[in-house]
Amino acid sequence: MHFDAFDRYHEKESFIHRLDPRVKAVVTIIFIVSNALLPDGAWLAFVFGWLLVLASNLLSKLGLGYTLKRSIIALPFALIAVTVLFSIPGEPLTTLRILRWELVITDAGFLRFVSILIRSWLLVQMAILLVAVTRFPDLIHALEHLRVPAVLTTIIAFLYRYLFVLTDEVLRLLRARESRSATAPGSRSGGGVVWRAKVAGHMAGQLFLRSYERSDRIYNAMIARGYAGHLYTLNPHEMKARDYFATAFAIAAIFLTQVLGRF
Amino acid sequence: MLFAPTPLHIPDGFLNVAVSVICWIITVITLSLAVSKTNKALGEKQIPLMGIMAAFIFAAQMINFPVAGGTSGHLLGGVLAAVVLGPWAGMLVMTAVIALQAILFQDGGLLVMGANILNMGLVTAAIGYGLYRSVMGQSKAVKLGVIGVAAWLSVMAGALFTALQLWLSGTSQLQIVIPAMMGVHALIGIGEALVTVSAISFIMQTRPDLLGEGSESAQGSRNWIFVGGLVALLVVLISPFASGDPDGLERVAEDIGFISAGQDAPYSIIPDYTIPFLGETALSTILAGVVGIIVVAAIMVLIGRGLKAKV
Repeated sequence: MHFDAFDRYHEKESFIHRLDPRVKAVVTIIFIVSNALLPDGAWLAFVFGWLLVLASNLLSKLGLGYTLKRSIIALPFALIAVTVLFSIPGEPLTTLRILRWELVITDAGFLRFVSILIRSWLLVQMAILLVAVTRFPDLIHALEHLRVPAVLTTIIAFLYRYLFVLTDEVLRLLRARESRSATAPGSRSGGGVVWRAKVAGHMAGQLFLRSYERSDRIYNAMIARGYAGHLYTLNPHEMKARDYFATAFAIAAIFLTQVLGRF
Repeated sequence: MLFAPTPLHIPDGFLNVAVSVICWIITVITLSLAVSKTNKALGEKQIPLMGIMAAFIFAAQMINFPVAGGTSGHLLGGVLAAVVLGPWAGMLVMTAVIALQAILFQDGGLLVMGANILNMGLVTAAIGYGLYRSVMGQSKAVKLGVIGVAAWLSVMAGALFTALQLWLSGTSQLQIVIPAMMGVHALIGIGEALVTVSAISFIMQTRPDLLGEGSESAQGSRNWIFVGGLVALLVVLISPFASGDPDGLERVAEDIGFISAGQDAPYSIIPDYTIPFLGETALSTILAGVVGIIVVAAIMVLIGRGLKAKV
């Protein structure tokens, strides 16, 4: 597997790419909190928030629809909110007949359902954009500046670095299982579900031992290269004038969204 | 990609800000405890080890096994991490995995990450380690059985917490989301239990030294047993209570006319989550929960025995 198989960073030369990662992380978080605070049915604010998403897409030269394409990922979870359609009392809009059930969709329920979906859809797009315009190690470094404990950021950095190595290991284990599981067409292979789960468990155990032993070798190699308990970055972060301007502009825009949503 | 999202990763927008912030506060307090404990107990060597272990949990979630009808199960790993690494390190490792899934893959939101870490990382590790610790000196079969129960309960606890948060945020109806989440995860939990038990029994055979009885002091150990037991008890008590709530779901169901559809399920071992002769009282629903746990416990001990006898 290629080393950047899990990378979500999109190399582009743009204003947003050049911003300090701390600015991008903080602005994204403020946007998310602000949007989550918008009341149901704040259509004007939702549209404005969407325009902000589009503008950020354009500014980062990823193309207008970049985050739109990837934002369907959160869609399946919408199922969990479906019940609000029927459960919030209000004027009935329409009645669904599914088999023997009669489900009444109320206007208040519909409003809440659509608002939850729009909010979630806007938020997921901003999160997608954040990792597309910021290198992951830089993002982790920014988190460290934002007072996330070093133990945690270091673990995440290691996790990111060795993700693809261990994924390769899993793919080898899976391929080995496949190749041992050949059957003639039509006949049943292997045991029942419990047996299969047991095989999967043994594979997990095997993966654990391999990972554990690998971590020993990694540590030795790190010591050999002078590791003293701290990871360094080649992109030291410094706030420039454009970072301050961008932060101020973004916060003003987010504030305007709140105003639009409440009046 | 083999990467499999689970229904427990809440995206942003589904929890309101108040609930998200409360979950963040609980998570941050627990994690800062975990950070200070691990900083004290572990040398610099453990940091790369924990990083690799986080990558291991992430990768292990890709090991799937076919269940039926094209669906497949896979490991979530909270209990496995807690048993193998200890509770604090297990929590940090699960937190790293959940954070990476949220930041890099948008599998779970950023504002609700506190809730996701609480549900899938902290609660699972507490149950896993607490229950495991309570049978430290026992035989292998008992240990494996208890680990299986803990794995099942950890998934149920995650589902229960998720359902409660969705309800508190006004995203779902309590009477619908609890039975739905708990029902689905009762099955997912069985897969989790089987894989976890089998993975630990494999490690017990090949590298028992890695599962050393640990350096955790007797006092710390008692606290873990207490915390883990308490959370487990909470799941056992609340879930049948919430899903057996008669004046919520059933009245709505009666009103819109699907109570008859709900009642003629092909079979149910404990109908309506109550013990028949006790009637629909609180005692009855709680007893039903306890009976459920005992049945699962017995099954897991038997499977543990079986694994031990065969290999």
